[in-house]
Amino acid sequence: MDQTISVTVNGRSFERSVEPRLLLSDFLRHELGLTGTHVGCEHGVCGACTVLLDGVAVRSCLLFAVQTDGRDVATVEGLAGGPQALHPLQHGFWEKHGLQCGFCTPGILMSLVPFLEENPDPTEEEIRELLSGNICRCTGYQKIVEAVQLGARLIQEKSA
Amino acid sequence: MSTRQFGQPIKRNEDPRLLAGRALFTDDVHLAGMLHVAFLRSDLAHARIRSIDLGGAKERPGVAAVYTADDLGEYWQPGPLLVPPPPVEQLEFHPRTQVPLAKDKVRHAGEAVAVVVAESRYLAEDALDDIFVDYEPLDAVVDLEDALKSGSPLVHDDLGHNINARGTQTKGDWAQAEDAADLVIRRRFHYDRGTAAAMENRGIVASWDDKSQQLTIWDTTQAPIAIRNGLAGMLGLSEHQVRVIAPFIGGGFGPKIMMFYPEEVLLAWATLQLGRPLKWIEDREENFYATTQERGQVHDATMALKNDGTVLGIKDVFLHDAGAYAPYGLTLPISSQCTLLGPYVVPDYHSEFTSVFTNKPIVTPYRGAGRQHGVFVMERLLDIAAEELGIDPISIRRKNYIQPDQFPYSNEIIFQDFTQLTYDSGNYEPALDRALELIGYQEFIREDQPRREAGGKRVGISVVSYIEGTGIGPYEGARVTVEASGKVSVATGVGTQGQGHYTSFAQVVADQVGVAASDVHVVTGDTDLFYWGAGTFASRGAVVAGNAMHAAATKVRDKILKMAGEKLEAAEEDLELIEGRVQVKGVPQTSISIGELAVEANPMRGAVRPGTEPGLEATEYYGPERGATASGVHAMILRVDPETYLLEIEKYVVVHDCGTVINPLILDGQIQGGVAQGIGNAFYEQLHFDENGALLNASLMDYLLPTAADVPNIVSDHMETPSPLNPLGVKGAGEAGAIPVGALFAQALDNAFRDIGLEVREIPLSPNRLFELVTEASARGNA
Repeated sequence: MDQTISVTVNGRSFERSVEPRLLLSDFLRHELGLTGTHVGCEHGVCGACTVLLDGVAVRSCLLFAVQTDGRDVATVEGLAGGPQALHPLQHGFWEKHGLQCGFCTPGILMSLVPFLEENPDPTEEEIRELLSGNICRCTGYQKIVEAVQLGARLIQEKSA
Repeated sequence: MSTRQFGQPIKRNEDPRLLAGRALFTDDVHLAGMLHVAFLRSDLAHARIRSIDLGGAKERPGVAAVYTADDLGEYWQPGPLLVPPPPVEQLEFHPRTQVPLAKDKVRHAGEAVAVVVAESRYLAEDALDDIFVDYEPLDAVVDLEDALKSGSPLVHDDLGHNINARGTQTKGDWAQAEDAADLVIRRRFHYDRGTAAAMENRGIVASWDDKSQQLTIWDTTQAPIAIRNGLAGMLGLSEHQVRVIAPFIGGGFGPKIMMFYPEEVLLAWATLQLGRPLKWIEDREENFYATTQERGQVHDATMALKNDGTVLGIKDVFLHDAGAYAPYGLTLPISSQCTLLGPYVVPDYHSEFTSVFTNKPIVTPYRGAGRQHGVFVMERLLDIAAEELGIDPISIRRKNYIQPDQFPYSNEIIFQDFTQLTYDSGNYEPALDRALELIGYQEFIREDQPRREAGGKRVGISVVSYIEGTGIGPYEGARVTVEASGKVSVATGVGTQGQGHYTSFAQVVADQVGVAASDVHVVTGDTDLFYWGAGTFASRGAVVAGNAMHAAATKVRDKILKMAGEKLEAAEEDLELIEGRVQVKGVPQTSISIGELAVEANPMRGAVRPGTEPGLEATEYYGPERGATASGVHAMILRVDPETYLLEIEKYVVVHDCGTVINPLILDGQIQGGVAQGIGNAFYEQLHFDENGALLNASLMDYLLPTAADVPNIVSDHMETPSPLNPLGVKGAGEAGAIPVGALFAQALDNAFRDIGLEVREIPLSPNRLFELVTEASARGNA
């Protein structure tokens, strides 16, 4: 039996009828067409599918779409606030070559957003600890760490 | 441009799209009326198929079709042999290649037996549960040595044995080296399997359009052109009716250039049957079985030396795990055989391999592609020899390096590109010295290590060398076009999987055409936009496609200057290209933009001189006579936790020489990422198969990929010994980071446990395995 859910995604309200077993990742990607959220392992390890649920980073492959009924979801598409714009964190990644194939990147960005809100000036160790929940197979993480450091600085400059 | 862009750390053109989640990956393709595909895969590694009962699968609501091997008729064919055997004299070769769906027998766990097409992936997977396959389980071939014993079960019954190939290559006279030696050391080395684990699993979308009679395929492949040609041939279509697009790809690392995966063969066929677009996206569990793997080898190696450490010769006899099918022929064992010789003078060499079929997933090249094994054996032999001769590991390497005046240096045997293994250029000792300086070798040995060991710590240091054959042929091409806007478009046939081609190729072109790299739009991996090419593999994109870019861009530059010379009534040598304009040197007011020239080069009316080609455009191809040899030195300081046997890499240094550098930012990224994969390979990642060929750790919870907490910052430096083989002087860099890491771990651990005489002869390791090895070594020491 399908269930009707109302969910806000990137500030826009959607009402959809979905199967209870539909994963949030599939709902976002294939029902709403928000394909920036990627799926790497479907068992909650790699972090590629990370989105924000009511501001908290969650693995969208471990949630059902129905669990988001009445709640607020944010994906990478909403990060910059405009189609041609980039969020300061995204600028950090661009400047520092913090991505190669870019497949894991949206999940990493979404993991970082609430982290940097709570911890605007993290140490390298704190950054690495946070990143250890996301697997990147291309970069070796070094340039991601540099990207986060720059991104954190750019966020602070922007809000200053 | 007044400043040269080639060689600059320019940030990447492709990144804004990737960062914003707007880049197109295969699973992002959504077509109206699209159906979804799921595969029923064997749980058993080796079994006869008695019968397949589809149960109610076909009748289940939402299911459009169910196919087994019998439904494919004449279309059911084993895949092509991708690489024919090279001209090695002593060779025995029994090719067997993968099939679209198992018929009669399954040969590895995860081999596809049936396929379901349904309105959604969820429904397709529901229907898989309806199907019952009656298997007769057979004993599995898992261990390489057991596979060769008489009475072993057979992977391919018709062969009568499990030998895929045997090959021997020799240089000089090993027997003579052995006779003349002061010291002969013999050891057995094991290297086991891992998986590339690209973050994006494989995927295919296939769409047949009946009205236009066109088949379009989005595929996570590293070789779109070969896929187009192959599928067109299999389906009886013209190559012009098939368009293969390799869009953004979430990591390749080699396994995405297997051809043809059963899923590619089946989706292309099934969309023609059903007249609807089809999508299949591999899930992570499937990736552990259905995507190819690499790295099982066992080496029995012997090294002959003089007392002063001079290497006289090496004899190496090894087994190579080919898995259930071997579409790549001899590529991997030959690569191991050649890479073993490394940057060293080895006058006499005898190398003999047996490639063995096993009931395990298919083996094809994965980043490094046979090179890891060769480097591991050579570097371990040198370490062990140094220990026995009482000389230090640095001196023995220094003593045996090929010297700068010895290039081009021939090793006489045949390389994987079918040419004689010849190093084009190299300068090894300065890289070694630089690595020693950066790691602080002398201070560590003299001061840090003794001090810290006295404080109860276990710390070790290591330094290893390697070479990497890169940039092999056959060829690639590129088309460079100046558009009316004054921007430049570039197309090439190679696909891209994160290597930054949109930027590095743009840099190569930008300097010639006189525009900013950000104004060069690169298209890769769309067969409708560039017809010819081989693919992205063997660290060859920058070398082979890069030089094709350079050739095409140079020709376009010539056209621009010729035309501008006529327009501006100036001699070509008096012109310069600056920021998208051609001007008389030092006279910016006498100038014309390349966009205006592009418009004039495509006249709409009037007459042109006979023989005039339209547009400011050129297509060029580049094929090197042989590969360019990159090289490097890695060094590491390692601390072992005495309780948990977890490792902490305290310092990691890479000094790398890949000739001329196009973009140091991208190169650093390639090296760092390669090292991370090497670290995984050395200490985290091992595929564990049981005696039945079942894979015991087929999830990312059980197969550990290194995380940001495990991979250290890497200190790197680059030496530039340009390749004389190509105009840009570049050598490949994609695989170098990953290749020597196993050997580096082994040496550092031996060093940390030298008091108990630890000798690591296998990779991958783990805390558990290290504990066992240390316990064994201690017991031997106390016996």
